[in-house]
Formats: sequence, structure tokens, C-alpha cells
Amino acid sequence: MRNPLADKVVELKPSGIRKFFDIVHEMKDAISLGVGEPDFDTPWHIRDEGIYSLEQGRTIYTSNAGLKELRQEICNTLYRKQGLTYDPLTEVLITVGGSEAIDMGLRAVINPGDEVLIPQPSYVSYEPCAILAGATPVIINLKAENEFRLTAAELEEAITDKTKILILPFPNNPTGAIMERKDLEEIAEVILEHDIFVMSDEIYSELTYKGKHVSIAELPGMKERTILINGFSKAYAMTGWRLGYACGPAEIIKQMTKIHQFAIMCAPTTSQYAAIEALKNGDDDIAEMRTAYNQRRRFLMNAFQEMGLECFEPYGAFYVFPCIKEFGMTSDEFAGRFLEEEKVAVVPGTAFGDCGEGFLRISYAYSLEHLKEAVSRLERFVTKLRNGR
Amino acid sequence: MREELLAIIEKNSRIDLKELAIILGVQEIDVVNEMAALEAEGIICGYHTLINWEKTNIDKVTALIEVRVTPQRGHGFGNVAERIQRYPEVNSVYLISGGYDLMVILEGRSLREVSAFVSDKLSTLEQVLSTATHFILRKYKDHGTVLSQKKEDEREMITP
Repeated sequence: MRNPLADKVVELKPSGIRKFFDIVHEMKDAISLGVGEPDFDTPWHIRDEGIYSLEQGRTIYTSNAGLKELRQEICNTLYRKQGLTYDPLTEVLITVGGSEAIDMGLRAVINPGDEVLIPQPSYVSYEPCAILAGATPVIINLKAENEFRLTAAELEEAITDKTKILILPFPNNPTGAIMERKDLEEIAEVILEHDIFVMSDEIYSELTYKGKHVSIAELPGMKERTILINGFSKAYAMTGWRLGYACGPAEIIKQMTKIHQFAIMCAPTTSQYAAIEALKNGDDDIAEMRTAYNQRRRFLMNAFQEMGLECFEPYGAFYVFPCIKEFGMTSDEFAGRFLEEEKVAVVPGTAFGDCGEGFLRISYAYSLEHLKEAVSRLERFVTKLRNGR
Repeated sequence: MREELLAIIEKNSRIDLKELAIILGVQEIDVVNEMAALEAEGIICGYHTLINWEKTNIDKVTALIEVRVTPQRGHGFGNVAERIQRYPEVNSVYLISGGYDLMVILEGRSLREVSAFVSDKLSTLEQVLSTATHFILRKYKDHGTVLSQKKEDEREMITP
């Protein structure tokens, strides 16, 4: 029989997180600091709207781009929060989570041989999506000394005449890094000078703990060349609803919508109705969850400080990214032993790119009680290592 | 800090001051001072514990009593509310808008004890026109806390 598989897919590296997932799965009694989703339930009034839409029998397709009312609410929200104006009819596409928007966006803009700039450590999907779209991924290794922000110099150095688009993943998973207005202004200059595009993945935009989130699309000349991606998973604790969106120039959104139409048809209808309620009446929920995350963030930063674990202070998402280089182990080894000996699962930084070596991703999407227990185990483990055992 | 502090200790009054300072991102001394101020201003009125009595062997009956009263010239409902709140078995007294005037929440050991209070003490007050007593059969959620079993964390251990 002939080989049934596509080389491009077979050659794709499996997600580094998958490997660790399998090990953790064997350990039934382990506790985890490894999740990338909120510990809160979706606020009840949002779930209720989803249920109500089912009761009403709204179980049919929506238009390909998504419910008009939802697109309108997204535009209202982006205007209210970011001062951005998008046309709900031509510049918004509702997708199956932010993940689909990443895929569709890259497929819509990439020609064979184009280079996609991917700052790492970052979410696991960018590189494979770029490869599947036919691009050559070019990795920018972010540095701890810059608090894992992307600098203009780093960007400048990575750009070639083949560079088509930069992926800008801030607030960042796994580092928790943010890009403030001045950081964005510096890279925007480089972007404009070299006439490249930006895919700004702002899925954690509501979870920032130092001033208001700034989108690169807010800067002069940038909206025209930016695909802004956001969604409901993190801000409203709606991961299982699978709903996100992309906003951008009409000509890009039009092509993304075309692929979306053939591949997906439309995002889940129930989720779209629930999302309208989330945008209309969910601000208080966001504030409440953000306050809780921030308390946990402070708790962890303090705990690391007390045990002398090096960690820059992250101001976004719900991750901290401590450095474990002092122990002379790889991230994989550290995470493996920590799991083995203390029964706590954390994700090795290398799951998010080679430059994550020497770091761990620790999620604080957990209750304070849970974090306390996990931190006390970490402290015990770290002490043991320092005592040379 | 005030609002966030109150929100935290309303849920967990036993949290220690050091931890409170850490999660609020302030100095411990500031928390101590703020708590003292809140107590002095009568904003913090006590540090209670939420108990699910159903799980103990101790019998408790809670009743909600709707009370219609005649307001008094110059005092409104204040006098009669004050009168009712003196009874130690009375847990709460609220002035209510709508079909009746005062909501009295009462705790007793038995139905008989509560009934006796209503018929002997409450109804016989001069200003009380009528009462309607509702016994609580089961508490599902109290003070914002669901009393039934806690939900397990069903998330995958590791997700990207």
C-alpha cells in the first residue's frame, strides 16, 4: 500500500506539551499548575443566554462571518475599550476560538516562501500553522532581561525581504509578559518602515495588571496592517464554548471568511448568543476575575521571592515564568523530577520554544488554597535541590 | 484597597494579615491600620463563621417572619424594630419594602420554640398588626456560598 500520509504533516513536530501531558496523565494523585484555562465557571448570566437560545430552538447555522448582532457588539466593545473602529459587516469574522483565527489569518496572507516572524516563548500553534500555510517560520528568541518583550532591535534583525507578517502574542502565554504603549510604538516604527503585517493575538487582553491593555492596532498607521485576534475563552472563562474573532482590513477578513466558510461554515450558534450577553453585561465579571488573578499573581511572586527563585514580574495573562537555571537542570528534567518527587505538574518552558529552556510555566488559574499547597511543595523541592540531593 | 480588602475578608475572615498584605500588594502595617479604621467606623461589625448546622447533630430551626406593624409618629419603624432586635433568638431584623414592613429572621431549637416566640412575644407587641412565619426547610446556598458538595476540578492537568 502507498504511504497514506502527507509529508508536511508527518514532519510537523508534535507539541512539546503533549509529551509531558502523557507523563502527567499516568499520575493520578498529582496536583497541577499546568493548565492554560481559567478555573472559574462561565458567569451564569452568560450560560443562561446560551441555554435560552437552545430553548428558543436557535440551533441553526448563522451567517458565515457570524451573527450580525455579535459582530456589532464586538465593534462596540473594541471601540469602548480600545478606541478602535471596525465595520461589523466587512471587518469582523467570528471564529471557533482564537486558534481558528490564527490558522485562517495565516492561510489568508501567506504565499509560498513567505517568512512569518514568531517571537518565542509563545503559544504552541503559531509555528505549525505557519508551516501548514506554506510559510517559513522565523523564530525571534525573546530574552528574560527584556522581561520577554519584543524589542525594535530584535525585530529589525529578524526581518528579511521575504518577511510578510509578524505574530505579536501579548499579553503572552507562557511568560505573562505584556507590551506597553512605548514598547509597541518602537516596534511599530520598524513594522511601517519594512511594510510588513501584524497578527496581534490579544486573547489575554482583559487580564493585564499594569494599566489598560494597549493594542498595536491603536497606533497610527497600524490598523490597516493588523489582524487583531481576540476571543471569549480567557476574559469570560468560556474556553469550552470555542469562540473567538478576528478584526482587520476588509480585504484580509474577506479572504479569511472565504476559507472559514469552506472549512468551518460558522462558529457554534449557541456560543455566539452567549457571547452577545458576555460583551453586553460581562464587564463586572471580568473585573472580579481579574482581581482574583492579580491576588494570586502577587501571592506567587512573593513566594518566589521568599524562596529565592528568580522571576521577572509578569503583568499579564495568568502565568508566571520562573527561572530554574541555578539548579543546572534542563526544564524538562526539573519538571519531570518535580512531578516525580513532589507530585506537582508544571510545564517546561521549552514546550513554548527552545528559548524557554531554563524556565517553567506556572499557571495561577487556581484557588489560593491550591496555590499554597503547590508552592509549599515547590519550596521543599527547591530546598532539597540546593542541599545537593 | 478598602473595597478589595472587604471583599476578601467577607469571604474569609480568618486570612492572616501577612497574606492579606501580599495578595493586596501593600504593607502589612497598612492592612492593620485599615482594618482598625474599618472596625472603628463600624464598617466591619464582626467576624463570623458560616456553619452548615444540618451536618451536625445539633437541632436548629430557622424561620423567616414577615411582620406588619403600625409605624409610630416621629419614630417610624425604628422603635418597634429596636424592640424586636433585643430578643437574643432574633438573628436579623430588616425593614422591607412591599407587602409587609419587617423581616425577622429567627433561630430556635425547635418548631415549638419558634412558634412560642411568635405567639407569645412577637404578636403580642402593641404595634404588631400581623405575622406570617416561614420555616426554612433546607439551605442550599448561604452568604454566597453553596453548601452542597464542592465541584471537582475537571480540567485537564496540562493544557497549552
